[in-house]
Amino acid sequence: MSPGSFLGTLDRKLLRDLARIWSQSLAIALVMACGVATLIIALGAYRALEETRSAFYDRYRFAHVFASVTRAPLNLRAAIAGLDGVSGVELRIVRPAVLDMQGMAEPATGVVVSIPDVGEPAVNRLYIRSGRLPSAVRRGEVAVSESFATAHRMEPGSTFSALIDGRKQTLTVTGIVLSPEYIYALAPGDMVPDQRRFGVFFMPRTVLAGIAEMDGAFNDVALRVRRDAKPAQIIDALDDLLRPYGGRGAYERADQMSHAFLDNELVQLRASAIVVPPIFLFVSAFLVNMILSRMIALEREQIGLLKALGYGRAAIAGHYAKLVVLICLCGVMLGFAAGNWLGFGLTRLYARFFSFPFLIFPQNADLYLISAGITVAAALAGATRAIWGVVALPAAVAMRAPAPTRYRSVLAGGRLLHLLFSQLTVMALRHLFRWPARSALTTLGTSLSVALLVTALFSFDSVDFMVDTVFSRTERQHATLTFGNDRSPRALQSVEKLPGVLRAEPFRATAVKLRNKNHERRMSILGLPAQTDLQRILDLDLQPVRLPERGLLVSERVADVLKLGLGDRVEVGLLEHGGRSVFVPVTSIVQSYVGLTAVMDIGALDRLIGDGRRISGAYILADSSKLETLYRAVKQTPAIAGIALKEISRSRFRETIGENISIMMSVYVGLAAIITFGVVYNSARIQFSERAREFASLRVLGFTRAEVSAVLVIELALIVLAAQPLGWLLGYGFAWLVVEGSQSDLFRIPFIIETSTFAVASLVVLGVAAISVLFVQQRVNRLDMVRVLKTRE
Amino acid sequence: MNKQDMTKPVFSAQDVTKVYRSGDVEVHALRGVSLELFEGEMAVLLGPSGSGKSTFLNIMGGLDQATRGTVRFRDLELTACSESQLTRYRRNHVGFVFQFYNLIPSLTAWENVSLVTEIARDPMDPGEALELVGLKERMQHFPAQLSGGEQQRVAIARAIAKKPEVLLCDEPTGALDSKTGIFVLEALSRINRELGTTTALITHNAGIQRIAHRVFSFLDGRIAETRVNETRIEPADVTW
Repeated sequence: MSPGSFLGTLDRKLLRDLARIWSQSLAIALVMACGVATLIIALGAYRALEETRSAFYDRYRFAHVFASVTRAPLNLRAAIAGLDGVSGVELRIVRPAVLDMQGMAEPATGVVVSIPDVGEPAVNRLYIRSGRLPSAVRRGEVAVSESFATAHRMEPGSTFSALIDGRKQTLTVTGIVLSPEYIYALAPGDMVPDQRRFGVFFMPRTVLAGIAEMDGAFNDVALRVRRDAKPAQIIDALDDLLRPYGGRGAYERADQMSHAFLDNELVQLRASAIVVPPIFLFVSAFLVNMILSRMIALEREQIGLLKALGYGRAAIAGHYAKLVVLICLCGVMLGFAAGNWLGFGLTRLYARFFSFPFLIFPQNADLYLISAGITVAAALAGATRAIWGVVALPAAVAMRAPAPTRYRSVLAGGRLLHLLFSQLTVMALRHLFRWPARSALTTLGTSLSVALLVTALFSFDSVDFMVDTVFSRTERQHATLTFGNDRSPRALQSVEKLPGVLRAEPFRATAVKLRNKNHERRMSILGLPAQTDLQRILDLDLQPVRLPERGLLVSERVADVLKLGLGDRVEVGLLEHGGRSVFVPVTSIVQSYVGLTAVMDIGALDRLIGDGRRISGAYILADSSKLETLYRAVKQTPAIAGIALKEISRSRFRETIGENISIMMSVYVGLAAIITFGVVYNSARIQFSERAREFASLRVLGFTRAEVSAVLVIELALIVLAAQPLGWLLGYGFAWLVVEGSQSDLFRIPFIIETSTFAVASLVVLGVAAISVLFVQQRVNRLDMVRVLKTRE
Repeated sequence: MNKQDMTKPVFSAQDVTKVYRSGDVEVHALRGVSLELFEGEMAVLLGPSGSGKSTFLNIMGGLDQATRGTVRFRDLELTACSESQLTRYRRNHVGFVFQFYNLIPSLTAWENVSLVTEIARDPMDPGEALELVGLKERMQHFPAQLSGGEQQRVAIARAIAKKPEVLLCDEPTGALDSKTGIFVLEALSRINRELGTTTALITHNAGIQRIAHRVFSFLDGRIAETRVNETRIEPADVTW
């Protein structure tokens, strides 16, 4: 069968045209592919995470309301279950643990959570990956969270030792499990999950009660509520029930650590799906417009002829629209492939931080349709003007050559101009100003790649700033030791006597609810000595603050969400110690990037609580050469319920960020390179096509290849250079939006962009632009002077 | 032009052949052309399309390379030159005028001329060159603001501004009406006379041949006939 039998003549022209401009089409298709791929990656990962999370939550009955309490009797169960709207109750014992893991000098920490002796929990059920749940009749059996088990190569049957409530236990693993409550399991004091140093363990209630001396009591509540229930009312009622027993205030999922982190991630994914793909769509629409306009200008006479032969407007418009659609299809297919591949990679990356028993990839047919649809729509929108120009042109006019390009006398005549610039430079400048809209859009397109890079890379500046400047200035301790219960200040002396401890400073922490009019937040108030040095508090200019004898210092985030200003009196509702409420003045607004922070003098906090001088733990500075001895001692010290190793947290954080940097760098450099190449290569090609005759003339007049190329290079260099400051500005704006959009109670990202980030972004773009121009310069070198000059323009 | 000048050839071509290969087909554009052009001479190359005159002109101008044979410009063997030597040769010695003007649309008339004077070794003032072709008044116009004849005269001014030793014109009047064409020929003739520039001029128009010292008729890649005009006519007397 000959091609003619199923392809019209115009369609054959179309395919040949496409083959002729394949390199330009490919450059555009790649830009489109980036748009499609980023959309599929971000939305695909968003949906996968969202669906997986909700399936895990539903099937394993993740709780809606949480509360912890010092010690409450189990006979409260009926009252709690009877609260209006409650559909499931689990009263648990949750205790911290210090672990001694083989092959690890530093202690790991964890939490031990009770599960019913028999049967499954009513809420927060466990997914059993392997083995079985521990038995209540055999002591020392435990189920371990999968990430910790994997990090330590544990299997059912493995043993390890742990310090729970001052008692050393040898534990045997019976099963590897996952819990909807610990999808994102973060050790206290850490900024990224460290699977090696933090684990979650599940023990039968009777066994744990025996260790923790909690027979007939619980210290943690998890509730499921009915769909139509009002969680706020349940929380209030639950608080009332638990208050006499040291209730620390119930809270919803939104405040649950693992859930909140996942939410944060989902918000960011959705934001990137909204911000990034439109950049590519815009650039590809502009590029389509650019090459189609040029193509139509070159085919003007052919179009006139087609009209003269009787082809209708629709047929001709359709012909060029088909070309655009074909380019789109290439881009969309490439985008699908890349989106799938990279989406899989991203999901794997998530799997490292989030512990899911399974991953659900929802059917994304609509996503593919939508991304293909908007890509085609954007490209056709870009093509509209060019195509309309063809349609509107009468046949007789179309067949005449267009009038010669008129240049305005911008820069004409002036003596200064000719003193400053050679005629070659004047040529480049005039061409640049001849099509101001096109030049401006080319500049904008290029600047978007700079902006994209700045937006992607600045976060490392912010994180670096956070880690290096702030953490080394505020958290100067090696480790934070936490006691199981508040102790007398004498405990500090015991800490100081631990081997290798050079210095120790006490702290006291208590759970509170801060309220200002109708704004309220749960958090802890941290009490520190006035002359605190290991854990310093910095003001907004990052200068250390001396704690005043009275009053509360709150972080910027707390001041924002509670609408607090200096001198305002904030209501402090104590969640432990009897639940009193006191008004305290805000004496300072301080800097803090992680969590919600409220600080006061430790003496003032003692007075506020009213139970005398107590401490909850200590910050220590240790002799680095004696760390192993210190660690050994900590693992043996019953009073220590937890240890947060700042040094390790920091380096672990840096390591993780470091890995992310290289992944993000290559992804975003790739994306920016594609935009830059798409824009610069296509403008160079079009400039070359428009000016081949001029270039040939210059060669005839005796200008060298390098001199002729200079005309091309000067114009593009001006565009690319002008794009830099614009790109920095746009990048600065995008980055600011990112910072504003990602502020949460968990993190506050400082807005820091180093000069080097602007420089790296520009270097990448300038480098790719130079390569793109080199491709086109080859054509200047191969220019056939004789042929070009012999043809009519 | 006196007898003595005739003894010093500016160009000498020996048995020049040019074969283009287009796929499997060989096109013999020149099949052994030999000629000499002398100082201050005005020569017309005449012939039908495809007779090889343009190919020969391009080889003389350093725009193209011969397949075999030698072409010399004074002591420079063009057929042995590298690409960059040919560029230098065009820059320093040759002026071109084409049928389609080939002006730079983004430069004014004056700027188009100074494009060349900026890189030439001993150029004339761009204004002077434009005055020679009678365009002093329209110096600051862009090509799009000039008529065809005016554009061609700017092209001539641009070609002569470097005071070239040779002026090569490929159908300079091909796109012009008779009145404008005569104007252009007068400019060329005046330059040949006043500056002594050796001029080779391709034309289809047999009427133009009588303004030349010698006429070379091309046919099928060869010179079929060489004729000396005993009496030359003024461009104004050319019948179109």
